[in-house]
Amino acid sequence: MESATLTRPSTLLAGGLGWRRRAVNITMTVLITAAFVLALIPLISLVFEVAKRGIPGLSLEFFTEDARGQIGEGGGASHAIVGTLVITAVASVISVPIGIMAAIYLNEYGEGRLRRALTFFVDVMTGIPSIVAGLFAYALFELFLGPGIRLGVMGSVALSVLMIPIVIRSAEEVLKIVPDHLREAAYALGTPKWKTITKVVLPTAFAGLVTGVMIAVARIVGETAPLLVTTGVVDSMNTDPFNGRMQNLAVYAYNEYRSPGVFKQAAYDKAWAAALTLIAIVMLLNIAARLVYRHYKTEIR
Amino acid sequence: MLGAATKRSAAGEGEPAKADQPTGATPTEPATKATRGAKTIEVRDVDLYYGDFHAVEGVTMTIAPNKVTALIGSSGCGKTTFLRSLNRMHELTPRARVDGHVSLDGEDIYGKGVDPVEVRRLIGMVFQQPNPFPTMSIYDNVAAGLNLNSSRVPKSRKDEVVERALRGAHLWEEVKDRLGKPGSSLSGGQQQRLCIARATAVEPEVLLMDEPCSALDPLATLAIEDLISELKNRYTIVIVTHNMQQAARASDVTAFFNLDATGKPGHLVEVGATDRMFTNPTEKQTEDYVSGRFG
Repeated sequence: MESATLTRPSTLLAGGLGWRRRAVNITMTVLITAAFVLALIPLISLVFEVAKRGIPGLSLEFFTEDARGQIGEGGGASHAIVGTLVITAVASVISVPIGIMAAIYLNEYGEGRLRRALTFFVDVMTGIPSIVAGLFAYALFELFLGPGIRLGVMGSVALSVLMIPIVIRSAEEVLKIVPDHLREAAYALGTPKWKTITKVVLPTAFAGLVTGVMIAVARIVGETAPLLVTTGVVDSMNTDPFNGRMQNLAVYAYNEYRSPGVFKQAAYDKAWAAALTLIAIVMLLNIAARLVYRHYKTEIR
Repeated sequence: MLGAATKRSAAGEGEPAKADQPTGATPTEPATKATRGAKTIEVRDVDLYYGDFHAVEGVTMTIAPNKVTALIGSSGCGKTTFLRSLNRMHELTPRARVDGHVSLDGEDIYGKGVDPVEVRRLIGMVFQQPNPFPTMSIYDNVAAGLNLNSSRVPKSRKDEVVERALRGAHLWEEVKDRLGKPGSSLSGGQQQRLCIARATAVEPEVLLMDEPCSALDPLATLAIEDLISELKNRYTIVIVTHNMQQAARASDVTAFFNLDATGKPGHLVEVGATDRMFTNPTEKQTEDYVSGRFG
């Protein structure tokens, strides 16, 4: 008896299987870690490169001056920064209500074939190439305002076409995880459906909705192609999206690189600085999204 | 034990008498409540469906006011489905359907032009899982019915309602110093009492409870059962339970549901006074179930 209980564990430890399993475990751990590092390399090198090349172009002038009448090394990108913020803000004002209300329809009201059809079209919309969205917005405004029209708001409309499906998708996912028992608790108190949605479902999902919107904004803030054909290229500050061309950071970077003029290095520096500024904006949005999420998240069982 | 003792004292002739003379009741809070609440539910030939699936067949029964009616039976026999048809929650499930008549003091709750939202204001519900609103404080959870349904209730009135509902749910002493804390910060048993307070704060006439103790420990269960035997002074109570001891302890009337085979609709086998149902049932099936031979 005594010897039997002693030998059993020792056979388990000494067996070839234990050794093999450990070898497989180590191999897989190494492989998975390597894959992770490999995936990180482009990301880190990108951020590093943009920072390295962008920082020389950053100056007070970059943030405070526009580029009107600048033919030398001077001039800034304030008009592009303001343009990016205005165009993105207007795009969000258009997309967020439409997107969230559409998600509410899909998750709370829609049923049957209409719902399935709408979900399908949202999926299709997610895959629209961004230049198509730009051309769509251009064609739409051309109908009313004539050919050659360029406005900030046209860019916003183009970006909305890209942003709405992302907002719908993320909002739908968030609404889906609001548990049904909370809706039922509200119904059982004699609460009408719309009030259940506005007072119980949306507040519960609030943190997730904000995160989804931020991600959608981050996704569109750096779009170039649709803005090239809708907002145009301009050197001067314009804060009115409904009047005249409007510059933005992505197009600004593209333009400085494409036609650097005589002072090539200064133009390239400014292009990289614009890229760095864009990345910084996206990062700030992400951090804001995280803070909002942490502050407002509700424990959902 | 406690529940059973209270049951005997309250289930006698006291309750109907109160119902007959609305103004003459004792001046204490529960008694005055009894005069306005607690209605009879009349169920006639109710069939319930989920799409093509016939879930419950031909239920006819009367649910008496100021009594606790327990629905017992094995899993899948349609107790919960039946309960949810009493306040029109059943139809919230996609493709769910109701046939037959359910009336509240003679008023058909499935009648033409009856708003299900109004029905649910009169017939409150407590769920299996305690489900306080996670975005709301303890106070706001109890006041949720007022906040969600009526526009502009003065703060003083709200305070009053919240305190009364929490006292009624035996929770006031435990939470009065932290009403601003989230409802989810409470223990499971406290959360369930919070949900009962939330349901009673809107002063319904009937309270439906769907296995309210199944997620709770024995002590919390005892607290809820005591509460139930007290709440029946004010409300008509219907409780679904898997626990036969609970039905025996806490109810006055027991209805036994069963189904012949899986996939067949559940039906009401027998309904009667709890004492009789557990000691001398008419149907063989009931006897087998309450004696623990199956289920």
